[in-house]
Amino acid sequence: MKYALYPGCTVLGRGRNYELAARAVAKELGIEFVDLDDFECCGFPIKSVHYETFLLMAARNLLAAEEKELDICTLCSACTGSLTEINKHLIEHFDEKTRIVALLKKHGIDYRMSKNIKVKHFTKILYDDIGIEEIRQLIKKRFINLNVAAHYGCHYLKPTNIYDNPEDPENPYSLDELIRVTGANPKNYPEKVRCCGAGLLAISEDVAYLVARPKLKNLSGNATDAMVLMCPFCSVMFDDNQRKMEQKFGEQYNLPVLYYPQLLGLALGLDEKLLGLRMNRVSTRALLEKLSKL
Amino acid sequence: MPLKMNELSPKFKYEVSQEPGGKNIKVCFACGICTASCPIREIDQRYNPRKIIRMVLLGMKDRILKNDFIWFCSSCYACTERCPQGVRFTDVMNAIKNLAVKEGYIPPAFIQQIDILKQFGRLYEIDDFDNNKRATFGLPKVAKAKGLTKRIMEMTGLDKIISRKNEEKSETQVGNLGFKI
Repeated sequence: MKYALYPGCTVLGRGRNYELAARAVAKELGIEFVDLDDFECCGFPIKSVHYETFLLMAARNLLAAEEKELDICTLCSACTGSLTEINKHLIEHFDEKTRIVALLKKHGIDYRMSKNIKVKHFTKILYDDIGIEEIRQLIKKRFINLNVAAHYGCHYLKPTNIYDNPEDPENPYSLDELIRVTGANPKNYPEKVRCCGAGLLAISEDVAYLVARPKLKNLSGNATDAMVLMCPFCSVMFDDNQRKMEQKFGEQYNLPVLYYPQLLGLALGLDEKLLGLRMNRVSTRALLEKLSKL
Repeated sequence: MPLKMNELSPKFKYEVSQEPGGKNIKVCFACGICTASCPIREIDQRYNPRKIIRMVLLGMKDRILKNDFIWFCSSCYACTERCPQGVRFTDVMNAIKNLAVKEGYIPPAFIQQIDILKQFGRLYEIDDFDNNKRATFGLPKVAKAKGLTKRIMEMTGLDKIISRKNEEKSETQVGNLGFKI
């Protein structure tokens, strides 16, 4: 299994723990990542400002992978959404694809068209392509009695019409199943599919924090050992900004926030240093201690 | 403020429906499930999807495009998934915001992001310090962006919209977030 790894801006800038854990887990599971020098921003931040620029930015990254005949593995859910949407658009509208290839070429950005590629989020590769049963065979530690809340985020699930094999966005299951295979209990909780609010951080921090608050507030008082997620934007919201929100609202959450590959990596018996668990903003020390005793 | 017929732009709904993502706005039958599903509306009543659709259909162009609240969509797609008419309101919002930018209204945060993307190709600069740090963890070096994003912005004219804005800084501010270019 070979993919071009598309880390995206936020993982490179703020999610080194995620990148480390994803690469370590991929290696363990026999997924090969190729790094492409041509990858730049997926275009997501520009979509609401200037659609044609967004379209060309996404298309150019896709064409860079197509030229190398590689499918793309994404880590960020927003990148997944942008690249999947435009990939589908170009596959369904070949005239649009040739227009873009010609336009880019005219401006000195020359890519050779090859066969259509796929874009897949790393979590989806684990669930769909590796599969729960295969992962189960490789689990070395089972975290019985660990309560973990899955946070799916929005773009991993929605809009459903762009994804092959979409889950019910009101009642998703892949991340819960991936948590269960580590032996942990995936929690059912009312705010499970609620947006993290990070999309609004640049526009209004106050509103963004208020969107994020109910999730942290209700989970922290409710026998939850950790939140597990798979999007660096969501992590910026719940991990990086958790302390700020505690101060702002006068509340205590103290909820460790892990990227899914960090949890899976521990269950696969990988050293925590390989998984960047000391880089998480909310301390994972107490959690790791608990895990070592399970 | 009551509606005044002479201040309306009856063709506004066609402008929105011709933008990418906007084409389904006219099939809305005003059930309001978008508003009921919206996590932002729950927090801040100024952002109300059903109200925005009605205002567009009535032609209240100025009051929509100049207003800060159109930038409050978090693009979570909750409304899009639940809409019984397939309006795809998240995409409609992008169409509306694209029109706002064409009319010269864009929040400063987006201008900063575009400047950064133009310069570094990514939202964060990865410099030698970062790459040295990455090497200590065994992570591969991140190549310096080749300026491909910058070239695309020059091709589409986005960089001109932004540099025009930079020349006329702090003029004709509209609301708290929106700026007239």
